Parts: sequence; C-alpha cells; structure tokens
Amino acid sequence: MSIYLIRRLASGLLTLVVASVVIFFVLEILPGDPARLMLGMNATEDAVQALRVQMGLDEGLYARYVQWACGLLSLDFGRSYTYSVPVAELIRERAAVSLPLALIALTLSTVIAIPVGLFAAARRGRMGDTMAMTVSQFGVAVPNFWFALMLVYVFSVWLRLVPAGGFPGWQSGIWPALKALILPALALALPQAAILARVTRSALLEVLGEDFIRTARAKGLTRKATLWRHALGNAMLPVLTILGLQFAFLLAGTVIIENVFYLPGLGRLLVQAINQRDLIVVEGVVMLLVAAVVLINLLVDLSYAFVDPRLRTRA
Amino acid sequence: MKLWIPMAAAAFIAITAGSAHAARTELVLGMPLEPPHLDPTAGAAAAIDEVLYANVFEGLTRIGARGEVLPALAESWTVSDDGKTYTFKLRTGVKFHDGTDFDAQDVKFSLDRARGEDSTNAQKGLFTAIDTVEVVDPSTVKVTLKQPQGSFLYNMGWGDAVIVAPESAETNKEKPVGTGPFKLENWAKGSSITLTKADGYWGNPVALEKAEFRIIPDAAAAVPALLSGDVQALPNFQLGDALPQVQSDPRFKVVIGATEGETILATNNKKPPLDQLKVRQAIAHVIDRQAIIDGASGGFGVPIGSHFSPANEAYVDLTGTYPYDLAKAKELLAEAGYPDGFKTTLKLPPVAYARDGGQIVASELRKIGIEAEIIPVEWADWLKQVFTEKDYDLSIVSHTEPNDIDIYARKDYYFNYDNPAFDKVIEELNLTSDEAKRKELYQQGQKILADDAVNGFLFELPKIGIWDAKIDGLWENSPIQANDLTRVKWVD
Repeated sequence: MSIYLIRRLASGLLTLVVASVVIFFVLEILPGDPARLMLGMNATEDAVQALRVQMGLDEGLYARYVQWACGLLSLDFGRSYTYSVPVAELIRERAAVSLPLALIALTLSTVIAIPVGLFAAARRGRMGDTMAMTVSQFGVAVPNFWFALMLVYVFSVWLRLVPAGGFPGWQSGIWPALKALILPALALALPQAAILARVTRSALLEVLGEDFIRTARAKGLTRKATLWRHALGNAMLPVLTILGLQFAFLLAGTVIIENVFYLPGLGRLLVQAINQRDLIVVEGVVMLLVAAVVLINLLVDLSYAFVDPRLRTRA
Repeated sequence: MKLWIPMAAAAFIAITAGSAHAARTELVLGMPLEPPHLDPTAGAAAAIDEVLYANVFEGLTRIGARGEVLPALAESWTVSDDGKTYTFKLRTGVKFHDGTDFDAQDVKFSLDRARGEDSTNAQKGLFTAIDTVEVVDPSTVKVTLKQPQGSFLYNMGWGDAVIVAPESAETNKEKPVGTGPFKLENWAKGSSITLTKADGYWGNPVALEKAEFRIIPDAAAAVPALLSGDVQALPNFQLGDALPQVQSDPRFKVVIGATEGETILATNNKKPPLDQLKVRQAIAHVIDRQAIIDGASGGFGVPIGSHFSPANEAYVDLTGTYPYDLAKAKELLAEAGYPDGFKTTLKLPPVAYARDGGQIVASELRKIGIEAEIIPVEWADWLKQVFTEKDYDLSIVSHTEPNDIDIYARKDYYFNYDNPAFDKVIEELNLTSDEAKRKELYQQGQKILADDAVNGFLFELPKIGIWDAKIDGLWENSPIQANDLTRVKWVD
C-alpha cells in the first residue's frame, strides 16, 4: 500500500513539473502584448515600453520561467499584470466562491443521482425506470445556462426569494452568501446529477448480472438486500470516477453559469485573464487546476482501494 | 407657553416632511466590464473612467454632459496672447480623501508624472505640448507650452489628466485617492466597486450617499437583475434582443444617446489595391449604413460620413459624399483595373458591432466582386496584427476617444494614410484657439477624409442607457467615457 502511494505521489509530481513547462511556454506563444492592451490604441510607444518594463516583460523567456517556477515552489504565483496584486491573492478570493459552489453542487448532484440510479436499476425496464431515465435524458440535454435563466426568472424576478446574481462575499455572513450560491449550485448540479444517475444505473445493472449476485440471491437474500449489500458497493468504481471528473470540471469549467449569475469565480477570472493577456494569472490558475486534478485522481484511486479490497493487495 | 404650539407643529411638520421625503440615497449600477485597476492615469480601459471620473478623481478642468469644458480644480484661468502660457487659479480648501491638502504642488506633480520618461499614461500624447509646469504660489500654477495648442483646456479635462497626490499616486490602482465627491469604500474583485460620499467635498454636495457599480458580464443576466430590482441602472449596456422587454416596462427609462465612438471600416491605405482612391471610393459606394446599423447595432446609432461625432458642434453631414450606388461602384472598380473585383481580408475583433457588421459589409462587397474573407481575431491579437503590425486589409472597429480626428495626421498610424493637406489642417488647428476658426478647420478636415475615403465611415456608436424611471441626473450622451454621479438623485 505505501509503495503504491509513493509511486502515485511521484507520478503526480512529475505531472506537475511537465505541466508547468507546457503551460508556461504554450501560453507565451499566444499573440498579444499585455502592456499594449492595458494602454490601448492611443498610447505612445514609449509609454507602452515603460509599462512593459514595469511588468517585468522585458526580461528573457527562460529567465521568466525559472523565476516563475521557483516562485511556485514557495506558493508565490507572481503578480498580476492587469490587477497588479499577487496572483495567489486573486486565486484565493475566487476560490472562496468556486470551491464552496463546486462542493455544494457536487453534494446536491450525488444526493439526487445515487437514489435515482438505484431506483431505476431496481425497476429495470419497468415504468419507474423509463420515467427516471427520460427525465435524466432531459437533464443531460437541457443547456445549463437556459436552466439557470429559468431559475432566475422564477425564484428572483417572480418570487423574489433570492438575488438574481452577484456574490456579497463571506464577510457579509454565511446566510446571504449561501443564498447567492443556491441557484447557481442547482443549475450546475442538475445536469451533473442526470449524468451521474445514468452512470449509477448502468454500473448497477452490470454488477447485477454477475455470478456473485446470483449466489447471493440463491442463498436467500431479498432483491433489495442484494442490491444494497452486494451490488451498490461493487458499482461504486465508475461512479467515483465520474464524481472525480465532475469535481474538476465544477472548479473552473463553470464560466457560463458564473456569467449568468455574475459570480466572481475561478472560471471568469481565467477567461478574463486570457482576454487581457494577463498570462501570469492564466498560468497560475491553470497550474492550480492541474494540481487539483492530480490530487482528485489520487484521492479517487485511493478510494478505489477503499471500496475494492483486491486493489489494496495488488499494489 | 404659547411658543410650544408652533414649535410642536414645526417639529411635526419636520418629522412628516422628513419621512415623506426620505428619498433613496443608494444606487446600484450595472456595467459589463470590470476595470483592470482604479487609476485613470495608467490605463485605457473605459471601465476605469466609467467608475472614477468626476466621482472620485477631478482634473484642472472637466468635461460636462454636452462635451463642454468646465472649471473643476482650477476655478479660473488666463491664457497669454501668444497662446503658450496658461495660468490656472486653483480652488483653495480642497482636500484629498486621505486628508492631505490639494495645492499647486499636486498639479505640478501630476502633470510632470504623466509626461515623464517612465510615464505609463495611456494618453501621454495629451501632455506632449507642455514645456514647463511652474508653481507660482500654492493656489496658482503656470503651464508653458512648446507651441500653442487649441485643445489644451479640453485635454486637461480627460480622465487621464486628473490630479493625483504624490503620497498616493503609486497605490491609486488599488486604493484610489482623489478630490472628488465620492471615495472608494470597497472593491470586491470580479464582483463590485462601492463608492461612498466623501466628507468635506469642496463643490456642490451630492445627493447619493452610496453608489455601487456591479459587474454583470452578460446581457442575459442584466435584464433579470434590473427586473428584480437588484440593479437600478445600466447606464451603458448593449442589451441586444432583450431591450424590447425593458422598453415596454413603464418602471424603466430607456435613453438612447450618443458616444464619441466612430465605428469605421478601417482600411490599409498602403496595401494594393486599397491604395487606389478609386477602389476605396467603390467600397464607400457599397456601404449601406442603415443596414449595418440595423444588423449590427440593433437599429441604434447615427450614420457618419467622416471621422467626427454628430454630437459635436463642428460636425458636417458628409454621408452623401459617396451614396449607395452599385453601378457607380462597379464602374470605379473597372476604372481602377479590377472589373471582376479582387480578394481581400476582413479582420474582426470580438465585439458584436464588428462581427455582425462584418457579415453585412462582406455581403455588400461581394455584390461588386470583392471577396472579403472574414478572419475573427481576439482583442489582443487585433492590437498586435492590425494596430501594431498593420498586417491587414480591412477591419471594423470603433474609435472611442473624443475629438480624435487628429489620428489621421499621425505618422505610421495603422490606416497608413498620408495626406500633407490634412496634416496642415491639423497643424493649424493645434495653433488656433479661436472657436469659430477651429470649427471651420474641423470641417475642412472632415471633408478631406470623406473625399479621400480613407476608411469606410459607418456609424456613431450609441450609448444605450436603461434606468429606473425615478432616477434623475444620469448622462444621456457620453461625450467622454464616464458615469458622472455628481447630479444623480432619486425623485418621486
């Protein structure tokens, strides 16, 4: 087990190093000059040059990479070109929105999806299954921004229960902040839940065809008990994989929902930074996401070992 | 004892009057783009001035709602007979938000900083005419110019020319410290910027206690924000298809005003065959301005025939110089040696008016055999390829700086236009401060550009403002990029 863990950690670290090289040099190829973008069309060439020096862009490419990579080791992500504040601070502010949002959405989608999947698998081919799967098909197909707008019109414009968007910040209290995250979390969770429910159902059905299920039934267990005690645990592997992928997506792939609710999340920071050629912010955020994905994958792999004892000994 | 009754009555009246007129003093405004930082002297982003100009920062002069030059931190000025020396009499008793006094030293510091060697002012050109800035006494500043500059007082009213204090200049990007009626309360990055009324403001007291600028990147989100009352004003917002929904609602006022944004079909005047006047004239003849306004700007915007704002006093309508005429256009192309047209490219930045307008322009050009390949580019890429490297044939862009006809006299500007006659007009304009004479020169300049068909002149970008019908005092037009809140109030 410990060798397995060390090997996984080492490969994770290697991934990070390779990613830092790729991210830095690929982004530097992007055409565009952050200083010219900041000062606009009417700026004189010497003013643009002065700003370039101020931003540290006059130094060589390799020197800047080494400086950046060394900074990363001490969690110093550098200074934003446009905002001129430390990148780490920007990421922290945005993560304070994106992380809770992703967690709430993921919890919601799990709480909805697993029971639906179980329900459908237990009634395979019958009325309940067909209905659950039809609804989830809708959930997969409906664009989440449209669904988000419908939520806004019903709960904000019509019922006036929650704000139409924006984020007041955690300093304004837990409840106002949570209130601002409810609709976006719902909008994010439902499509995810639909996918997850379908995965849960098909994983369960596959397991239900296995020999040990027949054995369990043969020794006299009820259908329900078999489902809960033998099938669910064995069907968890694909479900966990999808959950891991979904969490990584929810962290920064949510820019559309962030735009609809004008939330200051990581996704919007990333898109805005790309448009403004604030490359050092883009590099920092992408690096962080890579690290998050590596970490999530590691956790998912470890949890495999937890749900499947065979994997514990194989390593 | 008798005194009690009138006093009680007066108190009663005061109380009821107070509650009846407890007018709202807070306002939430929505804007689509967030300022990258909060220092108007170090960036070109319109969003910076839209939050801070006139509200937090003030200059020697300021631009009013109709584009006029008004006194601000300078209460008056005199100009020497040769037009080279400006003596500004400054207001006294003015304080910066951090409590430090404003005086002539701050003016000298600000102007010297903006034109200095390592200045990162986005409009450094505004200050190039300045030769020296002298402090005569704490409330008098003498600015000497290298040569007379007719637009000098106007230039000093730009957001890029606001007065900053040496103590806070370096930190203004994060914590802006100005002399205006509002001070920064909080900037929640990515979310909102909140201003509150500053104590001890020198000028007319403002009615608002608090103003919040909320960043709403998406028009689809701005409408529900407005309908739910979260946001009460969208002073400059392209709502597109969602506009009719708000227009029909009596709770809101929709105000279509003018900006200083000349939207043009930018043309590379040195790139064959666009270097031939006849080819550019042919293109001008197939531009259907109304179709472009309808398709790319929701039907709002005023057609223009040269690089000049219709809101300006010196404007002349030159849209008839090359009227829509396909036959004439074909004839001109044939005369230029391209009877069957030619292939060209049209690089479009990521704004709706350019991307949508580009489709219309390309389809019009096709009618006379010009095949324009549309190449969408990002802003950063546009600035690099089109603006800096001049690697383009045609493009569509809006020039939002006010009164910027002089860009056509700049050497090596991206239009690659070079006409000594036009340069002479601008040169003379710079040396002229007589208003009537300036107007005449501006008109000459407009005429030359229209005749030369330097660019395809399309339309003036509209300012579409939507706000609660009970709000009074927001600007209808946008003579400079600003949301001046100094006269904004809630009325019943």
